[in-house]
Amino acid sequence: MSATVRRLEVIDTQPKLTLVSKPAVLPQIQPDMIALPLVKSQAMQNWQRRGRDFLTAVLPPLLVLIALLVIWEIATSGAKATLPSPIRIWKEASDLILNPFFVNGPQDVGLGYRVMTSLQRVAIGFSIAAFVGVLTGALIGQSVWAMRGLDPIFQVLRTVPPLAWLPISLAAFRDANPSAIFVIFITSVWPIIINTAVGIRNIPQDYRNVAQVLRLNPLEYFWRIMIPAAAPYIFTGLRIGIGLSWLAIVAAEMLTGGVGIGFFIWDAWNSSRLPDIVVALAYIGIVGFLLDKFVAFIGSIATRGAQAS
Amino acid sequence: MRDPAFLKIDHLDKSFSRGSSTTEVLTDINLTIAKGEYISIIGHSGCGKSTLLNLIAGLTTATNGAVLLENREVNSPGPERAVVFQNHSLLPWLTVYDNVGIAVNKVFGGTKSKSERHEWIMHNLELVQMVHAKDKRPSEVSGGMKQRVGIARALAMEPKVLLLDEPFGALDALTRAHLQDSVMQIHSRLGNTVVMITHDVDEAVLLADRIVMMTNGPAATIGEILEVKLDRPRKRLELVADKNYLEARGGVLEFLYARHKAPVLHAAE
Repeated sequence: MSATVRRLEVIDTQPKLTLVSKPAVLPQIQPDMIALPLVKSQAMQNWQRRGRDFLTAVLPPLLVLIALLVIWEIATSGAKATLPSPIRIWKEASDLILNPFFVNGPQDVGLGYRVMTSLQRVAIGFSIAAFVGVLTGALIGQSVWAMRGLDPIFQVLRTVPPLAWLPISLAAFRDANPSAIFVIFITSVWPIIINTAVGIRNIPQDYRNVAQVLRLNPLEYFWRIMIPAAAPYIFTGLRIGIGLSWLAIVAAEMLTGGVGIGFFIWDAWNSSRLPDIVVALAYIGIVGFLLDKFVAFIGSIATRGAQAS
Repeated sequence: MRDPAFLKIDHLDKSFSRGSSTTEVLTDINLTIAKGEYISIIGHSGCGKSTLLNLIAGLTTATNGAVLLENREVNSPGPERAVVFQNHSLLPWLTVYDNVGIAVNKVFGGTKSKSERHEWIMHNLELVQMVHAKDKRPSEVSGGMKQRVGIARALAMEPKVLLLDEPFGALDALTRAHLQDSVMQIHSRLGNTVVMITHDVDEAVLLADRIVMMTNGPAATIGEILEVKLDRPRKRLELVADKNYLEARGGVLEFLYARHKAPVLHAAE
């Protein structure tokens, strides 16, 4: 270990040595180049680098955002403008932006709480979809006959828009909350099923042979071989699924009512509070973005090393 | 002590059917292997060597005839006939330790305690000199190391027969020589029965007690069995000029390139 480190250090110093040995080429730069490591400590350099990385990541989107807000302000500043301008939104809806967790009564709560309610529905619906989707996908991926029988049906059902399921689920459950959860489930389950099935069909014959030689029973095979081998595909399905369920919850809540963020938009529309709608849209976008990143993060941990080498 | 008919391949035929057409791959294979014997199977590609190994492993089933291990018919894969696959077939999501561990826990889960199993995993990793990389994943170690772990995984099952399917085929010559020496050492220490597929004449002669030479497919069969009259332990360097070594090598080369040329070469003439 120490030998490697020492060797690395030697390589590190080489560029400096070449600079020193060629003073004629870079006479002015030479003293600086040698002085640099002496003056600035390693920690300071690290901080500088981190600061630079942060700026390159944050500065461009920030500038674009400011530019867009300015364009928006100009476009909606006329007397006949139908949509609110950013300044008007800030004036009328700053309480929503600044305090997401206020409670002024059963129907008047902060957007943070509304998002939490919606997220809770998504969590339930999506968990059921993940569970059912992975198991069904595993079955379809394993069995040629299940594939032949079920795949055409799934291919048709997955194109049905989320809201088209709502009347049927309302009729079946006779309650808004389970209906909304069912719509989440039925929207997000298809990509999970299909991706899992593809992942399981792509398990290399080698791994199946290993499992056979070891005489793994079906349950062990499922946990030790199938799930890890198909994990990259499964997480692709889950990521698409969580995106779709977030799309579906807003639409479903608009119709079912209650406390969710979807109903808030509908309610704001009915009472002509356009600035509130814009703030809610921003909330929905940010939460959807975070959900996607969250599933991707879990996936990157769970599939660590799962790529065939 | 030596059971002369430990593993017996009896009038074995194998054909694959696709639709109405049937391809004969192997016909009338007869081979009796003694306990502790090291057998190399050599032949041109496409002669059904791997199919033969898969039949012994139980990964495919024979059309006619049977494989008998200690007089019991082989009809499904199992840990008593451990396979070292050509492309190592390690599970990439498990560490080196866990790749051996999954086999040990499955085979000895009921008979060894947890600490005994740990000892046994470490022992087998030591045998192939891979203890230093036990916490690495397969993608982090070299091709030769992966194959070592594959061998450790197979050995850890304490198989009655160790099946090696061109285990060093994908490795460079130096790594290959190194691993061949390891396998020879392990074989002399543990006395396993080994069946190894190879397409390398020197490897076959160096490692094997007997070399089984296959004729060309379709409908391949055993053309000749050559006994390698070399004492063990064998030393690669000393064998270079050994009369028996050269004789065995010459015999295999003559069989492969004079009497049973590769089918492609025939067509080119």
